[in-house]
Amino acid sequence: MIPAKFDYVRPSSVEEAVTALRDAGEDAKILAGGQSLLPVLRLRLAAPSTIVDLGGIAELRHIAEDGDRIAIGAMAAHHDVMRDDLVKQHVSLLSQATETVADPQVRHRGTLGGALAHADPAGDLGAVALALDAEFVIAGGSGTRTVPASEFFVDYFTTAIGEGEILTQVRFPKYTGWSTHYEKFNRTAQAWSMCAVAVALRLDGGSIAEARVGLTNMGTTPIRARGVEAALVGQQASEDAARAAAEHATEGTAAPSDADAASDYREHLARVLTGRAVLAAAG
Amino acid sequence: MAQVRVTVDGVNYADDVEPRMLLVQYLREKLGKTGTLIGCDTSNCGACTVHLNGRSVKSCSVLAVQADGGEVLTIEGLARDGELHPVQKAFNECHGLQCGYCTPGMIMAAVDLLGDNPDPDENEVREGIEGNLCRCTGYQNIVRSVQRAAQMMKPGSAVPAESAAPVAGGN
Repeated sequence: MIPAKFDYVRPSSVEEAVTALRDAGEDAKILAGGQSLLPVLRLRLAAPSTIVDLGGIAELRHIAEDGDRIAIGAMAAHHDVMRDDLVKQHVSLLSQATETVADPQVRHRGTLGGALAHADPAGDLGAVALALDAEFVIAGGSGTRTVPASEFFVDYFTTAIGEGEILTQVRFPKYTGWSTHYEKFNRTAQAWSMCAVAVALRLDGGSIAEARVGLTNMGTTPIRARGVEAALVGQQASEDAARAAAEHATEGTAAPSDADAASDYREHLARVLTGRAVLAAAG
Repeated sequence: MAQVRVTVDGVNYADDVEPRMLLVQYLREKLGKTGTLIGCDTSNCGACTVHLNGRSVKSCSVLAVQADGGEVLTIEGLARDGELHPVQKAFNECHGLQCGYCTPGMIMAAVDLLGDNPDPDENEVREGIEGNLCRCTGYQNIVRSVQRAAQMMKPGSAVPAESAAPVAGGN
């Protein structure tokens, strides 16, 4: 199907984009890579009056070292994020999770910022951003503000990005030398995660000194599995420890039931995948 | 209306289009490049895959105006001087198509894959074409075709296009 009619604006700077968004009013929609928005428009699940395309803003595609952070422009394509050497070296969990997003064509167009701003609970990158305490840089009419990941994901498809605001950058602390793994469960190629687990471990000898665990599609937002993290710290990276910690994986979750999986099945998956992810990360 | 200036298969175009026009519609309806097919219309099947600025994309999920200033390569621009692209030859030789509907998208995805990884193993081929669905489920020979094309494209390859690669039987 063809999208409903809309006005189209392609600003060349963030300032212009903020102005365009303000001028367009509340019925405007931001276009990043379009890999979620275009299908929604085609199915006419949305019919915004104006599309503000960020594709002309070159400054939003950077991936750079910024002190103890890796700063990634909101319009950096998944393909570029997952291949980037800085990301591989310092934020390997993001690289691994991004490789599992959709398929090559979608990863060529889809963007880190677009995926996070879309905030689909089945999206793979939210759990990573949450587990790693990423920061979200958001530009608006009154300047720029930074929101921690713990406050960014508000609800189902809802983030802290306000009306007239644009996500411009996502900043990840460096986790250099951490052992990481993203364990995703889906039924078919390119499908969304029925459940997935993001794990980052700082190993000291054979034991786990620090642990960060995020869950995908186990609630209306990504969820930090703090019970699992607490159970892992101080343990040897063994199968027994991983399985014991994984028993905490469903704490604080509210797994949805849908055509893919009932909530109790998702809870089972969360435990199994957490165990696998910890063991895979620990190598 | 918005203006789109693109190079498609080596030819420059400038057109006024509605912003809501999809790239695949632009290619098919405005330029008559019907070699690029519309399959699922839900971003899943990959039949509409073309290259935009050197990367494979699903042209049903890109607005024509987003391609402004860019370079598009479709299945119709792959052959050179009447000579099929090695991936096209390989699909022909290895029976990489049954009904043929997925073929233009499969080939464009495969060309992109081989540009990225000139010598993929079977798993890498399967991962590389995961954005393309074959409803005939003819994946075995599609994978063979891509690997065959990789052989043919190796620099200095002596593999003649005509020498028959093993082709799976009817069952």
